[in-house]
Amino acid sequence: MVGSMIGIVLYLVFAPFVGGLISGIDRKLTARMQGRIGPPLLQPFYDVRKLINKEILLINNMQFLFAWCFVIFIAFTGALFYGGVNILLVVFVLTTAAMFLVLEATTTNSPFSVMGANREMMQMLSYEPMVLLTAVGFYVATGIGPHDGTFNISEIITHSDIPNVVYLPGVFIGYLYILTIKLRKSPFDISMSHHAHQEMVKGITTELTGGMMALIEISHWYENVFLLGLVALFILCSKWWSIPLALIVCAAAFFLEVLIDNTSARVKWDLMLKSAWIITLVFGAINIFILQMF
Amino acid sequence: MGFAAFLILFPFLAAAVLIFTKNNSARKAVVFSSGIIIMAAAVLFSVREFPGSGNAYLGQSHLTHRIDNIMLAAELFLMALVVVLSVKHRKYYAGLLSVIGTAAMTWLEVSGRAATDEAHIYCDKLTVIMCLIIAFIGSLICIYAVGYMVDYHNHHTEYRDRRTFFFPMLFVFLGAMFGLVMSANLNWIYFFWEVTSISSFLLIGYTRTKKAIDNSFRALWMNLLGGLGFAAAIIYSAIMLDVTTLSGLVNHGTPSLILIPVILLAFAALTKSAQLPFSKWLLGAMVAPTPTSALLHSATMVKAGVYLLIRLAPAMHGELSGTMTSLVGGFTFLIASMLAITVSDGKKVLAYSTISNLGLITACAGVGTKETVWAAVLLLMFHAVSKSMMFQAVGAIENATGSRNIEDMHGLIMSAPFLAFVMVIGIAGMFLAPFGMLISKWAALKAFIDADNIVLVLFIAFGSATTMLYWTKWLAKILVCKAHSHKVYHRTAGGEWLSLLSHAFMMIMLCLLLPTISIAVVEPLLAQLYNVKSVSVLAPEDLVIMVIMLVMVFVIPVVARVLTSRINTTPNLEYMGGVNQGDDRHFEDSFGNPKNMYLSGWYLEDYFGEKKIWLPSAAISVVMIVAFIGLSVGTLSGGVI
Repeated sequence: MVGSMIGIVLYLVFAPFVGGLISGIDRKLTARMQGRIGPPLLQPFYDVRKLINKEILLINNMQFLFAWCFVIFIAFTGALFYGGVNILLVVFVLTTAAMFLVLEATTTNSPFSVMGANREMMQMLSYEPMVLLTAVGFYVATGIGPHDGTFNISEIITHSDIPNVVYLPGVFIGYLYILTIKLRKSPFDISMSHHAHQEMVKGITTELTGGMMALIEISHWYENVFLLGLVALFILCSKWWSIPLALIVCAAAFFLEVLIDNTSARVKWDLMLKSAWIITLVFGAINIFILQMF
Repeated sequence: MGFAAFLILFPFLAAAVLIFTKNNSARKAVVFSSGIIIMAAAVLFSVREFPGSGNAYLGQSHLTHRIDNIMLAAELFLMALVVVLSVKHRKYYAGLLSVIGTAAMTWLEVSGRAATDEAHIYCDKLTVIMCLIIAFIGSLICIYAVGYMVDYHNHHTEYRDRRTFFFPMLFVFLGAMFGLVMSANLNWIYFFWEVTSISSFLLIGYTRTKKAIDNSFRALWMNLLGGLGFAAAIIYSAIMLDVTTLSGLVNHGTPSLILIPVILLAFAALTKSAQLPFSKWLLGAMVAPTPTSALLHSATMVKAGVYLLIRLAPAMHGELSGTMTSLVGGFTFLIASMLAITVSDGKKVLAYSTISNLGLITACAGVGTKETVWAAVLLLMFHAVSKSMMFQAVGAIENATGSRNIEDMHGLIMSAPFLAFVMVIGIAGMFLAPFGMLISKWAALKAFIDADNIVLVLFIAFGSATTMLYWTKWLAKILVCKAHSHKVYHRTAGGEWLSLLSHAFMMIMLCLLLPTISIAVVEPLLAQLYNVKSVSVLAPEDLVIMVIMLVMVFVIPVVARVLTSRINTTPNLEYMGGVNQGDDRHFEDSFGNPKNMYLSGWYLEDYFGEKKIWLPSAAISVVMIVAFIGLSVGTLSGGVI
């Protein structure tokens, strides 16, 4: 109980800083890959500070409500995760959070943000099965051997001295695939993009200004720290060396995502849906099928 | 016993009175008072029956013998009715199915093989829950119907006003449902089962248009086919096993012997719960006025199927019958949720979502562990309330705006805020995280993995994603805020409001009291169903998290509301690439003329459309059912040889 409280507090306090830093590293890496020098490492923090000081222009009050719901539910998702409670619950809260972002965009009746919201729903449709299967995968993997399976995150880490990824290579690949969608990286940055000069403007975030935009930015930092934590969960086990290893794998996974982001062009949503579902079935489902036989 | 008999008989009495009530205000008085009496009786009945350990009434006596004869006469009358109607409309197959079923049952009755010493009525906790659902949801729908039908006939002058037929049928339906859930004797259950089939047939055909008649006959033949399965199960158990009650069958000592009757009963339940490949009848039922749909989808009819499955669950656990039921259910959950994405008719989305949710309940019952049945019972309760509420809300929206298309509900929160709020509560109750559906889905998922059933897990994983999509889509449409929208003038009658508000209240109470309901109601019910001392499904730490989430869902909007009231925002226009026409609904086209902006939802028909996936999935489900029934017959004959 004390352990989970510490985890929750640490996440709620430090995740924005870690997330912002990661975002800074992302921009730096991207710049280098494109042969630019890039902004300072702390640029995302400067951007957010500037946004906070700007005037908030709202289309209606409902927007404000849903944006806050999104932030709180995202933070809650991560808090549950770093608090070490039930992973299935984490997945469900994550879905709810994503839904609030969609509602925030559609309530404006703005053509560009509604288009972004529609595309966001396609993204949810694409990644949702794999996210659920990831939780299922951990349950099945912890059930191997003398123990009963568990959805409890701290037990997933402590139950054995072998990293879970050994049992779940397919699930890990599937998760990395949908991670690109969740991190809103190209080729799957179809519901919003960091660049505003394109057919959908800024997609789902078109109608957000000033402090509201800063809020959404911070919640993405929260979300990214949670998503990378889920990567670490594949590696962490009861041995001490799993902690540095997990950090290395997270860094590698993130580098891979940035690399993919910079080397691929945005695809249409139907290709994303098809490929994500096929990957889910081929890697995720078959992995779990095989595990179940033990 | 008194209350049980009263609950079964009183609706029939009310129906008889309503046949002769031609005046609308008199009808209103009769329906309101009957509804209230039924609700009150159900409450008294539950107070009496719930604490006990299951009470059996009406052993073999002159009375039951007389009732048996009355039922036989009624069955013959219903058969004659079906035959006459099917000849009249040239749908001979329906008549044929009815004749076969009734003839077989009559033979069994007359030959005296159905005689039994055991109790005919049995009331336990599951009965009580079902009775409360039927009494409250069912009566409220009848109350709603009084106001609705006035509007309906104002809008649809082309249909003949047959309200003196419509209202009695609603009450007959309720009476039959009470009978069905209280009967222990298989013959009696079958009788009430057939009454619900035929009354739904008559209700669906209310408007007497060609489409209504076609759809009503489709409902009829599918349910009669299920009824045949039911009859075969009764005859088999009476002759081969000497068993005449449902509990006798479920608690039979040797599971291999009851395989055939259980799988036949499960088949009957699948038809009644509109599982694949029998889903079309429930979709066709939309042609009827809204109260019929609400009744068929929530408190009655489809619930009869899943009720039977929950009763059978202990006997299906780990058997072929259970595997068949859970696979068909899980498959239906996935396919129906995909189909729900592709339609824009609000009632049709609701119909598909009913089928999909029933699929989940069916799958849970088929797996038959305590955890899954826990989930099944909770799902059943949540679904009954929210579905009835949403059908009524869509009906009211249709009467107000003239359309039940989701696309026309764009910005409903501005034009008809109260109806929109009701819809939001219903949708939230169906699928939002802390509420019922997801918690039950969680239990189901865990139990499916423990049962080593990865196929079902996949159905759930993909089905959850598709379910999420069609609800979010609809919610987003309703919650669009357009500035300066005019409120729709609607004449939703007092009875309709009463019903909608009561439903919303029940929905919120169900959500808030979920942990209590689970501990005080559902877990004791499971203990009774499985003949064990106590069952505990919800772990304490999960309970804590659930309470936190509930608090969040209710506190966050309030806090955010308070925060928003402080900000002083000037209304702004959304970004339209600089071609706004000064409001939020027009833009300037390439000729410089103002053009109306229209934002459509996505329906993905090329991927999940009915044309694309209906036939293959129906074929797959037929193969599953045939294969499993064939397999179980095979095992049996193998065992005999």
